[in-house]
Amino acid sequence: MIWNKEMECASREEMRKLQSKRLVELVRYVYERVPFYRQKMENAGVRPEDIKGVDDIAKLPFTTKDDLRDNYPFGLFAVPQRDIVRIHASSGTTGKATVVGYTQNDLDVWAECVARCMTMANVGKDDIIQIAYGYGLFTGGLGAHSGAEKVGATVVPMSTGNSKKLTTMMVDFGATAIACTPSYLLHISEVLREEKLLDKIKLKSAVCGAEPWTEKMRGEIENRLGVKAYDIYGLSEVMGPGVACDCEFHAGLHVCEDHFYPEIIDAKTLTPVADGETGELVFTTLTKEGIPLIRYRTKDLTSITREKCECGRTSARISRFKGRSDDMLIIRGVNVFPSQVESALVDVEEVTPHYLMIVDRVNNLDTLEIQVEIDEKYYTDEIRGIEKITKKIAHVIQQALGISAKITLVSPFALKRSEGKAVHVIDNRKYD
Amino acid sequence: MSAKQLSVFIENRQGRLGEVLSVLKNNEVNLLSLSLADTTEYGILRLIVSYPEKGKECLTKAGFSCMLADVLVVKIPHRTGALQEILECVSDKVSVEYAYGLSTDKADACVVLKVSDIKTARDVLSQNGIETLSTDEIDKL
Ligand SMILES: [Zn+2]
Repeated sequence: MIWNKEMECASREEMRKLQSKRLVELVRYVYERVPFYRQKMENAGVRPEDIKGVDDIAKLPFTTKDDLRDNYPFGLFAVPQRDIVRIHASSGTTGKATVVGYTQNDLDVWAECVARCMTMANVGKDDIIQIAYGYGLFTGGLGAHSGAEKVGATVVPMSTGNSKKLTTMMVDFGATAIACTPSYLLHISEVLREEKLLDKIKLKSAVCGAEPWTEKMRGEIENRLGVKAYDIYGLSEVMGPGVACDCEFHAGLHVCEDHFYPEIIDAKTLTPVADGETGELVFTTLTKEGIPLIRYRTKDLTSITREKCECGRTSARISRFKGRSDDMLIIRGVNVFPSQVESALVDVEEVTPHYLMIVDRVNNLDTLEIQVEIDEKYYTDEIRGIEKITKKIAHVIQQALGISAKITLVSPFALKRSEGKAVHVIDNRKYD
Repeated sequence: MSAKQLSVFIENRQGRLGEVLSVLKNNEVNLLSLSLADTTEYGILRLIVSYPEKGKECLTKAGFSCMLADVLVVKIPHRTGALQEILECVSDKVSVEYAYGLSTDKADACVVLKVSDIKTARDVLSQNGIETLSTDEIDKL
């Protein structure tokens, strides 16, 4: 099944024509409405009339997460607040959140894109789907929700955090689909096994995303649960989940190209690379009204192909992600930057600013340990004094990252200082 | 009299305790008593040593967090209830944070007390005829 044949199976020329038309309109739209973009274009010496189609896109300047942060909260919005019907936010590099706003039309487009993904994942009217992404500021829950409703599935808004309730309802309701992070799904499979419920489930599709995963994990999920697992991709700055998804042939993720124009660039030279070559993924939101993005650098590394897929779709496909061009970590589905830890620790006088983050995956759930050096001046010979410091750090870290971490105090100078860039992260999670 | 206790923060990492002891040995600081308070993450090593200042200096140089604190070292006779009597006479005046033993070759034993108010505790003990020792005195035991 294909949700929107007209768009998903358009010929390459038709799609290019549509993208060009939308890009021309978008550039004029942001030039007139967003002072930030007007200024950036003026600095680059580009005028809206210079952009006649997607062939001219490289003339436009890039947008980054820092730009979103610098214009916190609503500086990049292209419509007045009265036209914004929803706000979402994700964590930024230095504590300040990245805020995105949606018009009603943006929400409709979002639901449309997720509906395409749900259809790719074989989810439709006859399905009962549990949405086990977090609901709230995070785009995962509400994003997947609206698309699942659009295809007419019976939606169970589980959110995260209660695995027992989830497995009970999965069995009692006879749920046929689930949307959650792949690591959470592996955890759920453990819970099902412990409760001896594995042979009582009716699950057939899993729509997994919000964190990097591998073919090996897919195999593991499919074997344990007897499901087909699909990879859904998105990022809140661009929209949320549903920007791209893979079909049953698992030959890369189909991009909703009529709404998001993808480019792959060399992260160092910032010049476009050829199809099939790995580089940083860049998106231009062709139809977004609330907070349109011009050439937004995702920092995700991948490659692109525009060849027709076996499933019949002609949309461009991006390969599984090969990493990041920055130091962002995704822990339990949450974006975490080491710089957030650094700035949080500055406020804790009892410790030095040296730290080491150790990320691991235990029983399929991400763990984060942060080692911090106790400042000699604040050392105390009483356990409760040390515990007080540990608790204080745990609190500021939770506030800064939005996830909890295990805090381990170490002696001064216990953490290695290297000549050049200090090592702040050890990621022991295996992706292959 | 009060004595100086040297305490050291140690991560729960193999060989860390040994490192502390070898630093002290190499600097000819003699160990008179040792107590280790540990959690799953780290430990606090509390020591009575022959030269507390020197001990602190060399451990700090070796990268350890350490500090000196005043503690009471109380002589107690080897008989049932002796420690209990001592604690009873200070308990309504000060609170005892922690305590550990210190052995000597003499007939009497010693106990190290960390109390909330060392001066008051010492006064109460001396009024009751209970002797407290200085670091020098302990070293000579
Ligand atoms: Zn396909």
